[in-house]
Amino acid sequence: MKIYKYGDNVDTDVIIPARHLNDPDPKALASHCMEDLDAAFASTVAPGDIVVGGANFGCGSSREHAPLAIKSCGVKCVIAKSFARIFYRNAINIGLPILECPEAAEAIQPGDEVTVDFQTGVIEDVTRHKTFQAAPFPAFIDGIIQSGGLLKSLKARGLAK
Amino acid sequence: MGMTMTQKILARAAGLASVQAGQLIEGDLSLVMGNDITAPVAITEFEKAGLTQVFDRDKIAIVLDHSTPCKDIKSAKLCAQARDFAKAHAITHFYDVGQVGVEHALIPEKGLAIPGDVIIGADSHTCTYGALGAFSTGVGSTDMAAGMATGRAWFKVPSAIRVELTGKLSPYVSGKDVVLHLIGRIGVDGALYQSLEFVGPGVASLEMDDRFTICNMAIEAGGKNGIFPVDDKTAAYLKGRTDRAWTAVEPDADAEYVQTVTIDLSALEPTVSLPHLPSNTKTVTEVAGTPIQQVVIGSCTNGRIKDLREAAAILKGRKVASGVRCIVIPATQEIVRQCLAEGLAEVFLDAGCAFSTPTCGPCLGGHMGVLAPGERCVSTTNRNFVGRMGDTSSEVILASPAVAAASAVAGVIADPRTI
Repeated sequence: MKIYKYGDNVDTDVIIPARHLNDPDPKALASHCMEDLDAAFASTVAPGDIVVGGANFGCGSSREHAPLAIKSCGVKCVIAKSFARIFYRNAINIGLPILECPEAAEAIQPGDEVTVDFQTGVIEDVTRHKTFQAAPFPAFIDGIIQSGGLLKSLKARGLAK
Repeated sequence: MGMTMTQKILARAAGLASVQAGQLIEGDLSLVMGNDITAPVAITEFEKAGLTQVFDRDKIAIVLDHSTPCKDIKSAKLCAQARDFAKAHAITHFYDVGQVGVEHALIPEKGLAIPGDVIIGADSHTCTYGALGAFSTGVGSTDMAAGMATGRAWFKVPSAIRVELTGKLSPYVSGKDVVLHLIGRIGVDGALYQSLEFVGPGVASLEMDDRFTICNMAIEAGGKNGIFPVDDKTAAYLKGRTDRAWTAVEPDADAEYVQTVTIDLSALEPTVSLPHLPSNTKTVTEVAGTPIQQVVIGSCTNGRIKDLREAAAILKGRKVASGVRCIVIPATQEIVRQCLAEGLAEVFLDAGCAFSTPTCGPCLGGHMGVLAPGERCVSTTNRNFVGRMGDTSSEVILASPAVAAASAVAGVIADPRTI
């Protein structure tokens, strides 16, 4: 696995530029993921890699294409100091794992070996022999995640037909 | 513990006597909205989940405003998908080319947002309708799909920042300067997960179009929503637009705010945001003289009639500088008509501006004004991120319609007070 580390305020325009929103096919989105921030990302990212961001990750446009693009690249999870609220909702709703953990986002560096336990929220930087505890999801939100996304959870609860 | 305006509206939508910050609730929606970029993704998810019925065809709005009139074949296919869905489900508030306007100007104009409403839209600037005393917030496409199916959404009840407005705006200073100043002070995540509640004696002097502009950019401070109290100006705006009964809410005297930010409107100067964050603000005097190649006047932030009147007042009898393209885009058909009726269209054409049918186009670098490498644009839109309006080396400077118009005439960033 590889770490892709970025700074604060990574906006959804650089995650997936608007010129590519005319094709919402997940594979097409993945092929342009991070294009305006890191031109090498889409061609080098591999399933299981982790994106690490600073504060306010995913700010700007509400485009769900942004977490979809990241998820479609096979990215295992995004760890950030904080997430912009629409991106946070969207990631939960589509089943892209996200972890809010300022300490981990600060410490983890490109090249580190990192493991994540989504059940406990424990992030381990194996290279640096450090472990971090991400903020746990409230039960309601965890329920959405465990169901496999918002629409599945609504169907499971009999609320959508 | 008392509640903020936002908390009162959310409590009522959730059928609860009270709510508090941090609480997770599910509430009834007054309107679910999407556009030609976000609605197709929602429709695909809706259908993929095997859903077959919308909760209420009168409470869904689909607005084809982003890539329209369609800029390419792929965009045309997305519009066709939205069109087919709207027809199949007999969506009442479906707006296509010829009727469509930029969604956040159109929805209030059509009376689809009123005080006390709870509105979600699959577009981040849905927070605009807080100007009318509604709770409205941007969401993604899956939330839109769920909202269309159930008429409900989940929310984490936000805490709030109280923005106390005093004084009155000076000439050539408008709502855009207020909100850019605010974002410059608190930062692009200064209101993360929070409401921005605008109160105080300065509110009464602000026109509705200024309030729309201010709430529109709440998201650029990370805010969940922005909201104004309801007053005579709100009531005058709503008159003739809706026959639904509405209830105004006011914050409780003991409502808890995480902080109060006081803005003396009379002290504000024309303000701009330099690349590449809306929080990177300067007064126009600090950056006047910087060369530009393009000006955009329009968008959900500043494409309303007051904005275009302010731009036209500066452009009247003047010419756009050689080497500058000035693109004027009224936000709705009604505003286009007003521009024609008031002679503003002629002012823009005489000055050498392009005058367009409503579209979001250039704001997001879609079409109708995409920038080449190294080009710089003064724009009345809302975002100046890297590559937002075109090439990654192009630059967007956010400004009011007055600053944009003055800059178009001068060919450099210019102060409308000295033009």
